[in-house]
Order: sequence, then C-alpha cells, then structure tokens
Amino acid sequence: MSDLLFIEGGRVIDPASGLDAVRTVVIRDGKIAEVTERAERPGGARTIDARGKWVTPGFIDLHVHLREPGQEYKETVATGARAAVAGGFTAVASMPNSSPPNDNASVTELILKRAEAAGLARVYPVGCISRGQKGEELAEYAELQDAGCVAVSDDGRPVSSPSLMRRALEYARVFDLPVAVHEEDLALAGKWSMHEGAAATRLGLKGMPSQAEEVMVLRDVALVELTGGRLHVQHLSAGGSVRAVREAKRRGLRVTAEAAPHHLALTDEDLARAGYDTAWKMNPPLRSAEDVQAVREGLADGTIDCIATDHAPHSPVEKDLEFDAAMNGIVGLETAFAVCLGLVRQGAFSEKRLVEALTVGPARAFGLPGGSLARGAPADVAVLDPAAVWKVEPERFHSKGRYTPWKGASLTGRCVYTLVGGTVVHAADKEGK
Amino acid sequence: MIGRHRHLIGLEDLSREEILEVLKLAVSMKEVLRRPLKKVPTLRGKAVVNLFFEASTRTRSSFETAAKILSADALNWTSAGSSVTKGETLVDTARNLEAMRPDVLVIRHAASGAPRLVAESVACSVVSAGDGAHEHPSQGLLDAFTLAEHFTRASGAGPEAPPDFGLFAGKTVVIVGDVSHSRVARSGLHCLPKLGARVRVCGPPTMIPAGIEKLGAEVHYSLQKAVEGADAVMMLRIQHERIGDPLIPNTREYSRLWGLNARKAADWLTPQCCILHPGPINRGVELSPDVADGPRSVILDQVQNGVAVRMAILYLLAGGGAADV
Amino acid sequence: MSAERVVLDAAAVQAAVRRMAAEIGSRARGTDARPSDLAIVGVRRGGVHLAERLRAEVARASGQEPPLGTLDIALYRDDLAERGRAPVVGPTDIRFPIQGRTIVLVDDVLYTGRTIRAALDELVDFGRPRRVWLAVLIDRGGRELPIAADFVGAPVEVAEGEDVQVRLVEGGAAVDAVVARPRKA
Repeated sequence: MSDLLFIEGGRVIDPASGLDAVRTVVIRDGKIAEVTERAERPGGARTIDARGKWVTPGFIDLHVHLREPGQEYKETVATGARAAVAGGFTAVASMPNSSPPNDNASVTELILKRAEAAGLARVYPVGCISRGQKGEELAEYAELQDAGCVAVSDDGRPVSSPSLMRRALEYARVFDLPVAVHEEDLALAGKWSMHEGAAATRLGLKGMPSQAEEVMVLRDVALVELTGGRLHVQHLSAGGSVRAVREAKRRGLRVTAEAAPHHLALTDEDLARAGYDTAWKMNPPLRSAEDVQAVREGLADGTIDCIATDHAPHSPVEKDLEFDAAMNGIVGLETAFAVCLGLVRQGAFSEKRLVEALTVGPARAFGLPGGSLARGAPADVAVLDPAAVWKVEPERFHSKGRYTPWKGASLTGRCVYTLVGGTVVHAADKEGK
Repeated sequence: MIGRHRHLIGLEDLSREEILEVLKLAVSMKEVLRRPLKKVPTLRGKAVVNLFFEASTRTRSSFETAAKILSADALNWTSAGSSVTKGETLVDTARNLEAMRPDVLVIRHAASGAPRLVAESVACSVVSAGDGAHEHPSQGLLDAFTLAEHFTRASGAGPEAPPDFGLFAGKTVVIVGDVSHSRVARSGLHCLPKLGARVRVCGPPTMIPAGIEKLGAEVHYSLQKAVEGADAVMMLRIQHERIGDPLIPNTREYSRLWGLNARKAADWLTPQCCILHPGPINRGVELSPDVADGPRSVILDQVQNGVAVRMAILYLLAGGGAADV
Repeated sequence: MSAERVVLDAAAVQAAVRRMAAEIGSRARGTDARPSDLAIVGVRRGGVHLAERLRAEVARASGQEPPLGTLDIALYRDDLAERGRAPVVGPTDIRFPIQGRTIVLVDDVLYTGRTIRAALDELVDFGRPRRVWLAVLIDRGGRELPIAADFVGAPVEVAEGEDVQVRLVEGGAAVDAVVARPRKA
C-alpha cells in the first residue's frame, strides 16, 4: 500500500498555477498526488491539520553560504540545511566561496554527499565563475555541471574584469548555466563599511555609493547583450540596479535578479540607530530609504524574480570586533518569511508576490525543479502560520550563525511544517515552541 | 555622570543642558589651572587609563595632565599598531585593562565606534578621545569653550569676565578642510548648533561628505563666501595621505583655494573673527604661520582649555560614587 | 507648612554680624597683624554673603577694606565616593596673595566641621597664611572633626533631626532670618 499524507484545511497558495484557495494537498509516495477541494481520506492516511495556515510550495533560496568545506565552525551543510527547513526552505543554492572554493567536482560532490547525509533541504551547489574565485581564468563549467552545479558565481567578490565576465557569459551558454554575480565596482566602492550617505557621515564610517553596484549591473547587462548569456544579479540593493534590470527585461535580455529580505526591509538609518552593531553589517550594505523603496517596487512588479537570503553565518571571531574590522554577512534562513510577511502587511507587495518570489520565481531563475504544487512534482511543501508571533532569539537558531539585525525583535509568521519529498523534515510543535 | 550619561562617546548623544554642564564646570577647572599650586585632591585614589591605539601626543598629554591635576592616577597604554593585527581583539584589550580597576578608560582608536564597543563590554566609564572619522567629543567641547571665551571678549566684557555661554546665538562658525575625514568637524556640528550657533563647512567637494547638510551644516566650496560675516573659522588639518587619494591634486592648489594666509584674513574676515585649529598645524598648507601665530589665533587657548574641559569630563564621570546608574 | 521656627530674626542677625566684626577688629589689634594684612574669605555658598557683610562692617570700623575672596570646596570634599553624582562645582575666587596674611574664613553654619576641613585644605593650596580664623554666624554643635570657631554670631540649640538655614536678603530672602526646621527625608 502506498504512503498517503493529507494536508487538510489550509489556504493553498501556489502562484505557479495561480491557485489561492482552501484546499487539501494529497501526497502519495513523496509526490503531489492532487490538490483538491474534497478529498476522500482512506483510513491509515497520515494528516496535517492546516486550518488557518498557508500551504505553499517549499521555499527555494538561491543564495546561501553553507561554509562547508573549510569553515565548519561557522556552519555546515547539515546545520545550514536544518536552518533552511526551519524557515520553510526545501531547497537552497550553496555559494562556492568555501575553503577550498567550489571550482571542481570533488568539492561539489562533497557538498552533495553532506546534503544527502543530512536528509533535510535539497542543496544545489553553485560552482565558481573563475578558478579559485581569483577572477583570472574560467573554472571548468562542464565538470561542475556534471557534478551537480546549477549555476556559477564568484559570490563574495565581483567579477571585476569585463573581459572575464564576457567570456564567462559566453562560455556558460554551452551549458545554459546562469552566471550569478555579486555586483560591486571595487575601485569605486573603495574601502567601505556601510552605504554612503548621511548615516555614514554621522557614524564616521566609510560609505559605498549605490552606484558602485549600479555601474556593474549596467556593464553586465551590456555584456548580456553582447554575448546572449544568462545573467543573474545577486542581492540587488540599489535603486539604479532595479532600473537597469527592469530595462534589460523590457528589452528581452536574459537577466534575472534576487533581493535579500534585509535589503527589502532595512535602511542605513536603521543601521545608524543600532549603533555600530556588526549584526547589521553585510555586503551589499543596507541602503537608503529611496533604494529600499525601489527594491520593493522591483519585487512587486516582477523586475526582481526572487527573494534570496544571502544567509552568511559568521562566528564571534569575525563579528565581535570594531565595525570596520568585522566581516560582512548575517544569517537569514530562519527569519526570511516573517520579515517579508511583515513587508506584505506594510503594503510593499502582495501575498502572492511574496510566495511567488520564494517558490516559482527562484525555481525559474535557476531552472530548478520544485517551486510548485503541480501533480507529480516532488512533495516539497511548507505549512506556514501567518499569525504566529515569535521573538527572534538567535541562540535558538538551528544555524550556527547568530548575527541578525532582528535579534530580540518580535516577528509575525512562522513555518510550522516543512516537507521534502513528502517527508516531514521540520515540525515546529516538536520544538516546544 | 554627564547628565544621563555614564560614558562620553560623542556629542551627538548630549543635550544642550548636558553640554553646558561640562562647559560651566570647565570654568571652575580653568581657575584651578591659574592657581599657584595646580593640584586639587578631588580624584585621589581614582585611576584613569589612557588607551591609545593611535599616536596622539597632544590629546593623550592633555587627558593625562587633567587627571593628574585632579590627583587621579593616570596610566598610559599605547599600542602602536591596531589591536587586531596584534592578535588581540579590542574587547580583550579593554577587559584586560579593566582588570586593573580603572574608574575611567580614555580611548583613542582609528575605527569609528570603537569606544562604544568598549563601553558595552566594560564596567567603568569610557571617554572617547577620538574614534575614526566619528567624533572627538572633548575637542568639540574645548572648541565651544574657546569660542565662548572669544565671544565674551569680543562683546567688550573685561579680560577677567568668565565665558558667557549664551553668546552663541546668532554667531556663525566656519569649519574648513577635509570634513569627510574629520571627527573634530562632526563633534563641532553636534555641539555648536545646540548652543545656538550656525555652522558652515567649506572645502573641495571631494572632502565634503554625503548628507553633511543633514547635520545642520551649510555647505560652501568657496572660502571667501564661506567666511563672509563669520565670527570664527576653524581650519582643519590636511592629512598628507589624502593627497592623491585623490581628494586633492596637491597641497599647493589646496592652499591657494582653501588655505588661510594674512592677506585673505585681512580682506575677507570681519575684525572680530577668530581662528581655531585642532592641531597639529601644517604650516603653510591650511594656515600660514603669520595667521597661526597672529592676533586672531586662539589656538593656544584651545590647548589650555582642553585641559580644563577634560578635567571637567573626568570629574563628572569619576567624581561620583560607584553606586550610581 | 512644616514646623519651622525662627531662631534669629533680622535684627538679631544684624547685631550678630556687627559683634563679630568688632571682635575680629579687636582680636586683630591684639596680634602682629596690621589692618592691611587682613583678608576675608567666604565659603560657598552660605558664607559668601556673610563674608561681604563682615567685610563692610570691618571696613566701617577700621577705615580699611580688607580683600574678599570665595572658596568652593567641591573639589576638596571627602565624601565623593559616597555620593551618587559628582557635586556641583562653583567658582573659587581668590585674587590676592594669601602668603603671610591673616585670613578670616567665613561660613554660615558650623556643624560637622567637614566643610571647614576642606576649606582649610583648599586655602593652604593658595599659599601659606600667617594665621586663619574661623567666623560663623551659627554654631549648632555636632562636630565630627576637632574644629572650633574663633567668632560665633550665636550658638543655637537644635535637635539632631533639624536643619538650620540662614536666609539673607542678598540670597533672595524677604528679610534676614535664621530658621530651624525638621530635616527632609
């Protein structure tokens, strides 16, 4: 007899099919069997009572740093995947800036092996654009893709050389790999600690203008036009970048973009109020209110395809320092849904766009399976309580990373069940919360 | 305690009343400096540690002198390089020094926000002696004190008259130079408007930081226009490492456009306008020697007032009992 | 109104000041001090106006006005560690050399003696006077240090739980008075 699971009475939001209604999701043998108004539940079938909850495709995060191999004191594939499913994410793309970087099949295979052993979220490795992320020679995309990489990126640093970027976009066409880029003109950015503006001036911290990102987006859009390659703009933070991507899409270029919850929610003035708290330091930095507004609009109108956390765990060794000396990066997997739901409540974008940007949006941007509740698809599902109020206590995170600007904040919205391939990999009530 | 504050991290945090509390106390402290025996027993048994991660003979000596006049024990702990390069974090260093049970930790650091980080991790009072491009609160206070003395003299009061801190209303103070890298400018901008003065900043656009007008500054690029009708001009030091940063082409052109010499002072400044400089001066770059040593200069007053203001700060923070908060 | 009682009225205050001035004059004549060697120093804040009055009376009697100074003892207190906040510091103003002079230190009420101890410490930091006399309007007893006044306007009997306040017109009072009242909690 087959294994049956009924998720009953929830509001099913599946932007891929346009469905938004109270339905029962029937899962058989790890796959979506049907999403139906009336389901006959045979005896012996397991159930999840989802009344008052949202039932959505499992979230997909295109931008996560799992730190393995090499920096296991910050995070491992297992702890990162555990944090992912706690946040409703059933799949994450792991950035290649591990130690050694993921520029060859053995690193890719190690990540996949660790992910399989953890048995939690699906992990999609992203390979390097350049060998050793040095920005000099192309990495071996065929080997990386064969081993399981779904995209290439030198994330953490930009591809400064325009000629290398051109060759990457061209070469990746053979494999239809998205070239995902951290856009930052290092010379224009200089040595910085936060966004350039009145807040940085007040704090006496070196600022990086939004244009340091925008000029690189403009450059790479032009290179997409030259090469016909596939560009994915990572953690887009500047209003000018939104305009550049919007214009590129209007012209039919193959450009996608992601934005992080913190860039949608917080400004440089918020950072200033927190007073040199390194849990507010990341790259790109928190931008001006005008930039944040433009990024929100970009997400609302579809210019930005997806929400990606840029989950970047660090230890106190990198963070309990002077603001200038602390490393960039904050964790995001366990707060992303609640933070973004808060923005929906503020009217920044719709509930549908929120779910879309966490599911089918990222799936399409990287060409990944999942992101929908289509019949026959693997049953990657999130059950979310949009009314659950909880306090962010980083010491309770599943991630090893503890640095988040939302420390101590009260957020509304929480994942209660996460299913990967029909298996419940996270259940909030089993955590005594 | 300075008003509500156990630490002095920046003048941004201080209200007008709290600033006046320090300035008025500094008047009494300056009187002590004029005594035949320049020592009072006030802080006997208290310890002040000067923790300097950046070389600064002037500020450190000023704090040390202030502590000694008040009979506190002063310990100087100077680190040539940054703490991070030595493999010891700032917080570790501060906690190690705290084990010596100081009452006040005076800290100078190249990283903006470092004194605040230390304040959050130690039990004693923390005074910033300048952090990065953030603030230099004791300098901001001594500048205000010096300006009040100058305004009082200019108002016709006798040479013995104490400074009148009500005279800032309607006055214009111009800060000239590399405002973007200047903690002195920022502390001035957080202090002088609270006392009633208007502040203009002037320099090449490459040295004027984004959004400075949100701190209440009026921005000028022309020195002549900036100093028009001004009551005081504060010339900032041009750091040689900024040349070719490339904020300015060279000191010659900078000096021609934004430096002050005797001719410009005579042609452009009102008769009662005084000149300040936080020191040390690059003579011939931002200030010509005849102006630096001329009758308008209150630069040496600044040095003496620095000791009085720092005595006031140490007294307010260490003079109370340990049981407060 | 709290139970406030007047222990010295305006006329009594004036009489006490006159008598003290006269005593200072006669005591000075009994020493090697020339009239020009006398100086009067009021202890802030209560002693300042009294010192001014004493100086005026001494000048009237002797025809020579002694120099006047004020001392603020905040920087010389012995109880800083027991106080929540650092006490307010007022101006100390002694613009004459005290070396070799006969200094009359003036305060309004002599109680524990600690203020006078601090004032003496501060005074000697300005130089070495020939001698220091202490003049107080009220001696209310209760000494905690071996200090005695040379000139007392009036000894006053007050209970341990009472405060004695000297109110002078120069300080904003309608009329001069010395009152005793229960100490505030």
